[in-house]
Amino acid sequence: MAKKKTIRTIPQERAPVREQDPRERARNFKEVVYGFRLEDALHEAERCLLCPDPACVEGCPVSIDIPGFIQKISAKDLRGAYDVITGTNLLPAICGRVCPQESQCEGVCPVGEALEPVAIGRLERFIGDTAIAQGWTNIPYIEPSGFRIGIVGSGPAGMACAADMAKAGCDVTVYEAFHQAGGVLKYGIPDFRLPNAVIDAEIDNLRKLGVKFECNTLVGRLFTIEQMLAEMGFHAVFVGTGAGYPSLLGIPGDSLGGVLSANELLTRCNLMLAREFPSYDTPLPLGRHVAVIGSGNTAMDAMRVCLRLGAENVHCIYRRTKAESPARAEEIHHAEEEGIEFHWLTNPVEILDDGKGNVRGMRCIRMELGEPDESGRRRPVPVAGSEFEFTTDLVVFAIGTNANPIMGQTSKLKLNKRGYIETDANLATSMAGVFAGGDIVTGAATVIEAMGAGRKAARNMKAYLGLRDTDLPYLTDGRGSAGRLFGIDLRERNFARVRVAATANS
Amino acid sequence: MQGRAKVKSQAMSRFEIVTREDFSDVTYLLEFHHPLMAKAARPGQFVIVMSHEHGERIPLTIADFDRNKGTITLVIQAVGKTTREMQQTCQVGTTLYGVVGPMGNPSHTSGAKKVVCVGGGLGVAPIYPQARAFKEGGAYVIGIVGFRTRDLVFWEDKFRACCDEFIVCTDDGSAGIKGLITDGIKLAIATHPDIDELVAIGPPVMMKACAAMTQPHNIKTVVCLNPIMVDGTGMCGGCRVRIGGQVKFACVDGPEFDGHQVDFDDLMLRLRRFKAEEKTALERWSESCRMKNEIETASLSRQSPAYSPDNLLSEPFALPDPFEEVKGG
Ligand SMILES: Cc1cc2nc3c(=O)[nH]c(=O)nc-3n(C[C@H](O)[C@H](O)[C@H](O)COP(=O)(O)OP(=O)(O)OC[C@H]3O[C@@H](n4cnc5c(N)ncnc54)[C@H](O)[C@@H]3O)c2cc1C
Ligand SMILES: Cc1cc2nc3c(=O)[nH]c(=O)nc-3n(C[C@H](O)[C@H](O)[C@H](O)COP(=O)(O)OP(=O)(O)OC[C@H]3O[C@@H](n4cnc5c(N)ncnc54)[C@H](O)[C@@H]3O)c2cc1C
Ligand code: SF4
Ligand code: FES
Repeated sequence: MAKKKTIRTIPQERAPVREQDPRERARNFKEVVYGFRLEDALHEAERCLLCPDPACVEGCPVSIDIPGFIQKISAKDLRGAYDVITGTNLLPAICGRVCPQESQCEGVCPVGEALEPVAIGRLERFIGDTAIAQGWTNIPYIEPSGFRIGIVGSGPAGMACAADMAKAGCDVTVYEAFHQAGGVLKYGIPDFRLPNAVIDAEIDNLRKLGVKFECNTLVGRLFTIEQMLAEMGFHAVFVGTGAGYPSLLGIPGDSLGGVLSANELLTRCNLMLAREFPSYDTPLPLGRHVAVIGSGNTAMDAMRVCLRLGAENVHCIYRRTKAESPARAEEIHHAEEEGIEFHWLTNPVEILDDGKGNVRGMRCIRMELGEPDESGRRRPVPVAGSEFEFTTDLVVFAIGTNANPIMGQTSKLKLNKRGYIETDANLATSMAGVFAGGDIVTGAATVIEAMGAGRKAARNMKAYLGLRDTDLPYLTDGRGSAGRLFGIDLRERNFARVRVAATANS
Repeated sequence: MQGRAKVKSQAMSRFEIVTREDFSDVTYLLEFHHPLMAKAARPGQFVIVMSHEHGERIPLTIADFDRNKGTITLVIQAVGKTTREMQQTCQVGTTLYGVVGPMGNPSHTSGAKKVVCVGGGLGVAPIYPQARAFKEGGAYVIGIVGFRTRDLVFWEDKFRACCDEFIVCTDDGSAGIKGLITDGIKLAIATHPDIDELVAIGPPVMMKACAAMTQPHNIKTVVCLNPIMVDGTGMCGGCRVRIGGQVKFACVDGPEFDGHQVDFDDLMLRLRRFKAEEKTALERWSESCRMKNEIETASLSRQSPAYSPDNLLSEPFALPDPFEEVKGG
């Protein structure tokens, strides 16, 4: 091989990534960030030091052989790179876009100490997108094991578990309540961050592994988990039903016509394609002056969707400051670029009625930061006499979610006091043969955490069924302290930054 | 991508319509094949239907289920774009794009000894499985249903088969007693002082009136709420209703609630959320139907099926709005 690279010999600057102009993109649903071209990828791959003991692999929740695939890119063996990645991660085009790389692989890459770290996420996405464009898939030789596995929920947790179990030779069926598979990836995260075509392509790969998807199936109501095990012939079941159930504002006026959850707005827009109304039948409330309450990534997505639907101005109302905002700085940056107006240290007090049951405005109060609370963040307290009103005709709330109650209502699964499914360290639930993972166990978290949980559950499911596990050892176990998972502080609850881009444009 | 999605979804699930019946210009019955759902369905539950790929997800109560045949029956009132379009397109042999369910908590149909089951407007059919279940549970069942006029009455035989007493109310007195459903309830309460429970399904105004009538008599009153829904799985919060000062999601916490606790005004307000969009959709659709119709009239000799859209098209907004009128209720 060529002589050893050092921090001085590698290209100093990251390969530039092109983005849609903010003014332009605020009016369309096309991806904000374009993907790497081959020359960009080659440039970026050159920046990797190919560390013998790579920190990035440690930092990756599923331990992708990062230098391995980067080396293949340098050798222009893109198919080879794809093979390396899919050895551990079946969904590179998705993870490359929505993983919080900056707190995982890229966060620990030593290049980052002096320069910008290697853009691992963008390289991963480049390979994922190339594979989709070329129609590559990796279908390992699978020897049927004779076991049947049922997966409840087709979000990232369910998909990851399904893939691993299928690779272990099991007959896997994924049940999804919606008419399309994908979970939050499909109904929540908008196209300009993660195009539906990318999700569909990844789901198709699962199909090629033999995974069956049964949509329009509400498990618990159409049949119960108990029935799956006792009557339907499943040997094990994984539950990945997500958190859902949006928290409510609980202030006067919150049931007015123009007040809705970000989940409702995003589902109407992304899954039901209400943005094409009336070509698609589902209506969508349009606002000229939109106020979005909350400042996580869900809030950011809701705001940017409203802008793209033609809102004149969009306000973000958040009771803490930008520093405490759970959204990534880069995402806030993208939102700012697009013209979102942020009102930090502001809390809604009342939503004002226009007399016809719609929203006319909102009364807010200014806040200031007081003593730190149990999460370590300084608690916002209202400033007396600082109430003010402003005009808005649509109020969207994105202030977190609670556990979805259906599994608890319909099965004997043990729940914790907050209503989430209780599991042991192996993600086994109180019911033999039933595993659970993702948001329904942890509360709202991230795509990669959900995928990691799906894979971890799969590993333990294999042990439960007595199948030999041929996968790489997982580095997630026993590392870090209790409050940390995959190097992410659990309390942060933050999602990925905008690592998006464009199959459409490539 | 688009084309592939279509093929996939078709291979995934087929919800074939096996029976269709038209009770009137605005009310029709669809029975579709879904053995698993027929096995799971219980009175009080509902489904969410998407009739085609560009369609809206609309909730409809399970009006009947047949475990032997493996079918689910829906009775639908054509009130807006989706339900009128389905009235045209859903024929025997066609399939629905998607149906998910049964959703919601089943109703409690045991324990009560004497029950009044009330159905008005789009609630007439949904009350039937409840009446039947109460009867099977050994209760004395008084059925009360309301229609505008005699021609709209349906399922009288089915109701009579499971009700110990059955009262039809019509606005014009052309069948049963003349008057609103509340007149029927008055009658029932007057003759039976020992009613344990009243279940009402229908337009919010009607349910509100029912709850108001039973309150002074301290009769347990269950109502089935019908707010606008999207997912039906507790994920969007669009279906939130106020029950005794608390917010509940009708799709997972309901759809049945204690009628004396429900904030009906809030429900009626929230049902109006998409009035403007609903009107646009209906106008646009009616217009496209009219144009299609004109082309057809010009080219073919006309065969006019019983559910011909003509009468709808002449007066697109003349139909009763099930949520605003107490007609038959
Ligand atoms: C708007 C938004 C933006 C986000 N952005 C990011 C981001 O950029 N990066 C990131 O890492 N994370 C992000 N997240 C968080 C991330 O999407 C979630 O943590 C992750 O999707 C959780 O995966 P899951 O598989 O546990 O559940 P979900 O993705 O919620 O999937 C659960 C699936 O189960 C189905 N289901 C539920 N109940 C049943 C049932 N009874 N029967 C059958 N099916 C059922 C649901 O319909 C759903 O499809 C975002 C979340 C939202 C809402
Ligand atoms: C739990 C439940 C059970 C129902 N059962 C039946 C039934 O058995 N038979 C029947 O005919 N109807 C039933 N409905 C009402 C039915 O869902 C609506 O009439 C239908 O959605 C109207 O759609 P549209 O496009 O034809 O009319 P639109 O013009 O869209 O709306 C007409 C009216 O229906 C209401 N509506 C609109 N969209 C929705 C929606 N997505 N969810 C709920 N309501 C909506 C609105 O208040 C509106 O004013 C039920 C509703 C619920 C929530
Ligand atoms: S840590 Fe950075 S430089 Fe080292 S192998 Fe990983 S990506 Fe390359
Ligand atoms: S319909 Fe979405 S939460 Fe009930």
